[in-house]
Amino acid sequence: MNQKTPLIGGKKSLITRRSALKTLSAASALALSPGYVRYAQAQTSEPLRLGFQLHSTGIGAGYGRWYDRTTQAAAKLINEAGGIAGRQIEIITEDDGTDPKRGAEVVEKFASQHKVDFVFGTLFSHVVIGSAPRAGELKMPYFVVSEGYHVASGMLNRYVFQPGITDVRSQVSSMAPWIAGNLGKKVTMIFPDYAFGHDHRDFFSAAIEKQGGSIAALLAIPPTETSYTKYFPQIPADTEVIYHVMVGPGVLTFVKEMGEHFGSKRPQIFGFIDSLEAVDLASPGLEFLDGTYFWEANPRYAGPDQTPEDKFFREKVGVDQNGASVDDPKDISTYSHMFGCWETLYTIKQAVEASGYKSAADKGALIEAVEAMTAFPAGNEHPQGDKTFNGKRHQCYGHQYISKVEGQKLSVVHKTSIEDGLYENDTDYTKQPL
Amino acid sequence: MDLGPHLLLALLEGCVAAFVLAVTALGLSLVFGVMRIVNVAHGEFFMLGAVIAWWITSLVPDAPFWGFMLALVGAPLAVGAIAVAADALVLRRLNYQPEATIVATIGLLYILQQLVLSIYGPDARPVVAPIQFRIVFPWFGYSGYKLVAVGAASLLLLAAWYGVTRTKFGLIMRATQFDRETAQAFGVPVKRVYAAVFALGAMLAAVAGVLVVPLQQAHYLMGLDPLLLSFIVVIIGGLDSLKGTLIAAFVIGISDGIISVFFSPTLAKIIATLAVALVLVFMPNGLFGGKAR
Repeated sequence: MNQKTPLIGGKKSLITRRSALKTLSAASALALSPGYVRYAQAQTSEPLRLGFQLHSTGIGAGYGRWYDRTTQAAAKLINEAGGIAGRQIEIITEDDGTDPKRGAEVVEKFASQHKVDFVFGTLFSHVVIGSAPRAGELKMPYFVVSEGYHVASGMLNRYVFQPGITDVRSQVSSMAPWIAGNLGKKVTMIFPDYAFGHDHRDFFSAAIEKQGGSIAALLAIPPTETSYTKYFPQIPADTEVIYHVMVGPGVLTFVKEMGEHFGSKRPQIFGFIDSLEAVDLASPGLEFLDGTYFWEANPRYAGPDQTPEDKFFREKVGVDQNGASVDDPKDISTYSHMFGCWETLYTIKQAVEASGYKSAADKGALIEAVEAMTAFPAGNEHPQGDKTFNGKRHQCYGHQYISKVEGQKLSVVHKTSIEDGLYENDTDYTKQPL
Repeated sequence: MDLGPHLLLALLEGCVAAFVLAVTALGLSLVFGVMRIVNVAHGEFFMLGAVIAWWITSLVPDAPFWGFMLALVGAPLAVGAIAVAADALVLRRLNYQPEATIVATIGLLYILQQLVLSIYGPDARPVVAPIQFRIVFPWFGYSGYKLVAVGAASLLLLAAWYGVTRTKFGLIMRATQFDRETAQAFGVPVKRVYAAVFALGAMLAAVAGVLVVPLQQAHYLMGLDPLLLSFIVVIIGGLDSLKGTLIAAFVIGISDGIISVFFSPTLAKIIATLAVALVLVFMPNGLFGGKAR
């Protein structure tokens, strides 16, 4: 090469041989560096990044602790078995403080800062409803484990799914025939005064009336309430069944005060285990619950009918036969909800593998792959049991249990069929644009 | 339920609320009256009382009664010590300026709340009541411990009244409240009085927290409600009148109980807040407050 000839153009060229060489060498150094090569040639071997929106603090903290343990256990299993489509998964956790405003911020942070592939794991309905619109705007697939009816109702958007846990409308619809047949037909409902409680109010009222029953009174309790005695006089004397579903730090007080108020002259009592998730049934003041009934999605106490997959699930998450942590018998799990995280992760795995998802550009294909699902068979990937999935509603439907409190333990007395919980609505998310 | 039993239940509930509130608000009122400090962290001292009570009772799981007695003494002492430290490390360094201390106590609120969240965790944990029995009325049952808590709170209020009006420390305190500089000129150790009053205010909140914890559960966010109600009571009663604070606590507590039972708890809060607004507009010094000097 003639050293006096400029590489490009004439004498006045800005690009000299020296600077051209510098640029070339810098570029080749970059291309040869290990990180760049991996990124340029094999993007799909990067780990799949899953944003885990967790209630570590705030009123959902008891649930959050177990959602975390279940998620970590499932992620470990998936990674040990080779990951999802050959990619390891990485769980990136952010606390939303069980606060809807922070929930939306967390979704934003997952998308812009952590650059995750999907977000999952949200439980409390007000947080889901606060976060889901932002997930839709960011076109971020958002898998909630909330049991609220907000997904199937059609009020959210095409990016929100609930494939791991049955919604409240289905749960309560499947309870009504048994309650009307075994406990009584005049029901007083006590529920928290926000979306989750309103789902119970609306759909249980409708379901019990369909069974020929009636609602004697509806008691809506503000979510920050700490004392409940003042509500009990509103329970009409001719009530045959009290139906309660409470959440948050006040639940133990609620049950205790109900016991003090009624003593042994109580009507029949049916509760959703949400009232006592993460709470020891042997806690002082809960003796009153003996002989009352609870809905459970997944029986906390392993009974004679325990399935092999339930045994597997308990062992991997670290839950003993009484539904408590194997490390601390006082640390009670949220057994009727947390399986949803596990099953959701396996649904994500199935969807990624079916759609050939590689990067954010394939999100549309992933959404369509989830919508195409119709059923999940029972097994280690779906330890709560078999489920159907409605792709138009983005919602799954499974079996439910009714358990009786006996000697401060729960034992299953009834298992519903999936058909018991089916209902009609015209939600169709697949018509929304991607 | 008929009107009679309904009213009885409302009065019982109102009484429990009123006595606990009176003890908590008295602490806030003392601190403001003597030190002219609006202690926004007051509710956190209430919460600390409950949380420390849980910790102490969990150390003696086999004897709930003695565990609770220990907590009734130990928790306020521990909270008092924390308050003395806060006074020495923060408030004294700000020369007790009213504006600066408001901001500082807001900071203290978050520090205490987040410390409890990191050490104690986010769970609501129960404490067994020291005495458990159920009072059976013909129409409904009622927690016996609630009445025990009312009795204990009224003893505390009596003791506080005696301390303020009949003891030498009470005299010194009132002198400092009346005129800080003159009191200092007469040899009153104002700084020590301030530290003691701040600790005393915190301890009253803590005792209320201990009394309440068997009824609720210890939780790191439980201080917010008592703080709000204490402010309502202190503003209605008059910012430096102990008598006004007590009367307002009973009016607010019992009306809260009755309105909550007959109508709704939300309406009770609306009315209490409205009362604060009206008092501030028409009687800015509260119902029993003296003229601003």
